[in-house]
Amino acid sequence: MRVVIAEDLALLRDGLIRLLSSYGFTVAAAVDTGEALHAALLEHRPDVAVVDVRLPPTFTDEGLRAAIAARAAVPGLPVLVLSQHVEQLYARELLSDRRGGVGYLLKDRVATVGEFVDAVRRVAGGGTAMDPEVVSQLLARSTPTAALTPREREVLGLMAEGRSNAAIASRLFVTDKAVGKHINNIFAKLGLPQSEDDNRRVLAVLAYLNA
Amino acid sequence: MRVKAFVRAGAVAIGRVALLGLLSPPVKLVLLILSVVSLALSVIGLGLVLAPLVAMLVRAYADLHRRAARDWSWVDIPRPYRPLPAGAFVGTPRRWWWLVRDPATWRDLLWLLAGAPVGLLLGLAGPVLLVYGLEGLLGVAIIIDAATGRYGYGVTWPISDPLDVVSVPPQGALVTAGALYAGPWLLWTLAHFDRLLLAPTRGAALAALAQRVDRLTETRTHVVDAQAAELRRIERDLHDGAQARIVSLSMSLGMAEDLVARDPAAAQALIAEAREASGLALAELRHLVRGIHPPVLAERGLDGGVRALALTLPLPVTVTVDLDGRPDAPVESAAYFAVAEALANVVKHAHASAAWVSLTHLGGALHITVGDDGVGGAEERSGSGLTGVARRLGAFDGVLRVDSPPGGPTVLTMELPCALSSPRTSPSSATG
Repeated sequence: MRVVIAEDLALLRDGLIRLLSSYGFTVAAAVDTGEALHAALLEHRPDVAVVDVRLPPTFTDEGLRAAIAARAAVPGLPVLVLSQHVEQLYARELLSDRRGGVGYLLKDRVATVGEFVDAVRRVAGGGTAMDPEVVSQLLARSTPTAALTPREREVLGLMAEGRSNAAIASRLFVTDKAVGKHINNIFAKLGLPQSEDDNRRVLAVLAYLNA
Repeated sequence: MRVKAFVRAGAVAIGRVALLGLLSPPVKLVLLILSVVSLALSVIGLGLVLAPLVAMLVRAYADLHRRAARDWSWVDIPRPYRPLPAGAFVGTPRRWWWLVRDPATWRDLLWLLAGAPVGLLLGLAGPVLLVYGLEGLLGVAIIIDAATGRYGYGVTWPISDPLDVVSVPPQGALVTAGALYAGPWLLWTLAHFDRLLLAPTRGAALAALAQRVDRLTETRTHVVDAQAAELRRIERDLHDGAQARIVSLSMSLGMAEDLVARDPAAAQALIAEAREASGLALAELRHLVRGIHPPVLAERGLDGGVRALALTLPLPVTVTVDLDGRPDAPVESAAYFAVAEALANVVKHAHASAAWVSLTHLGGALHITVGDDGVGGAEERSGSGLTGVARRLGAFDGVLRVDSPPGGPTVLTMELPCALSSPRTSPSSATG
C-alpha cells in the first residue's frame, strides 16, 4: 500500500516512515510543506496520505487545506489528518464532501501503534477514522442521543469513530449479532435510514451528529 | 495635464467652501436662535428636554464641519465635549447640568454667532472672484460694453479703444487663475476658523490628557496583575500536571528497563503505564495551550476561532463574521477571549436556548456583539465574568456595553479600536 506522509518535524516524520514501513506500507513520498504535499498527492496518487495539519511556511492549517484541495481535485482521495489538537470545525470541513476515506486523529494516537495502523488501513479502504475526542464532543452536544441507553451511546460513539461492526463487537466483548441489534435500535431512535454498508452507515451517523 | 489638475483642485475647493460658507448663515442663525430659546425655556422646565435635543443638533452640525475640515483640508479638530455620565437621559436634570457646565457648549454658540458672517464672507469670495475672472476671460465684459457703451474690466475703465479690448481677456485669465489658486486657501481658512472655536481649549485638552493617563495607569495595573496571575496559573498547571506525569512516566520506563530481562510481563505492564501517563501529559498540555492561545485562533484567526468555539458549546450559536483581514495578535487574542468569556457567561447564567455572535470592523474599531435569548439581568459587577471581559478590552482601549433587562434578551456590545492587517488570503470556511 503506497502512502504519502506530510510532517514538518523531522523526528516525527522519520518515526512515521519507520512505523508505516514496518507494517508493510511503501512510502511514496515524505514532504514537509503544504505546497509539496499538494504536488506529491497529485503526482503519486497514493492509496492513503498521512498529513499533519500545521505545516510551513505559515504554520497555520496548510496541511488541512492541501488535503481538502487534493480531495477536491481527486474525489475520495484517502487522507488521514493528524494534529496536536482536534477541532470539530476541521472535522466538519473534512467530512463536508460526504465521501469516505477520511481520518482525523490526535497525534497521541500514533502511540497506540496497532490501532493507528488499523485506522490508516481503514481510511485507505474508504472508511473513516474520527478521534474519540471529536466524537465525544459531538455526542455531548447532540440532544436526541439522550434517548439512547448507555450501551447504545457507546456503540454509537464507536461507530462514529469509524469502526466496523466486528471491531465494535470485539471491543465491547459482545457478539456481532448483539452489535447489529444495538445499531438497529439506534437508527430507529434517531430516525436514520438503515444501510448494510459499514462506511455509508458511519458517514450517515457523522452527518447526523454534525448537523 | 498640470493645468487641468490645478483647475480641478481650485474649482472643487471653491465649490466646497461655497457650500459650507453659504449654508452657514441660515443654518447657524437658526441653530443659534433655537439654542438661545431652548436654554431660556429652562426657566419653565421645558428647556430640560429641549436644550439637550437642540444641543445634539448643534453638535451634529459642528461634527459635519469637523469632518469637512479633516477630509478636505487635513485639519484635525478633536471633539471637546465631556463624556456623558451614566443615566443622563434627555429630560433629566443631570443631562441639562452636564450640558450647561461644559464650556464647549458655550463655545459652540459663539461659533454659530461668529461663523455666520465668516462663512458668508469666505463662501462668497471664491465664486465672486471666479465669476469675475471668467467674465473677463470669455469676453463677456466686452459684449456688455458694446451693448451699453459704458463698461470696463479690471484696470481698464471704461473700455474705449481696440487696445483696451485686447487687454481684457489676459486680465480675466489672471483673475481666474487667482480665484482657482485662492480656493484651497479659502477652504483652509474656514477649517482653521472652525478649529479656533470647535477644538478643545488648551486647558480642556490637558484635562483630557490627564484623564487618559489615569485610565491608562488603571488599565495597565489590571493588565500586569492579570498577566502575573496567568503566569502563576500556567506554572502551577505545568508543575502539578504535565511535569509530574512525565516524571512518573520516566520512572515507569526506568523500572521497565530494569525488569525487562527478569520479568518481561511486569516490564510490559510498566511500559503500558508509561504510555498512559504520556497520553495524560499530552492531554493536559493541550488543555493548557488552549487556555494560553487556542491553536485554531492562530491558524484561522477570529473567524475560525470563534466558529470553532461556537461548535463546542452546548447550545446553538450563530456566528457571522465580516472582516477583511486580521487584527494584531494581542488584539485578536483579547477579542477571542472576550467572546469566549461572554459565551461562557451565556452558558452559565442565561438559561438561553440560542445565542449569536457577530464580528465586524467599522471606523477603525472591531465591533463585537454577543447576544442570547435568555433571562437577562446580566450586569457588570465585581466578580462577574463581565468584569473580566471589560478588563480584557480595557487593556486595548476597548469598551463593553451591557444591555440586559430582566427577562432578557441580553446583548453585549464590545468595541475594540484596532487596524486590520493584510486581507486574508485563505477562503473563509464554508461551515457554520
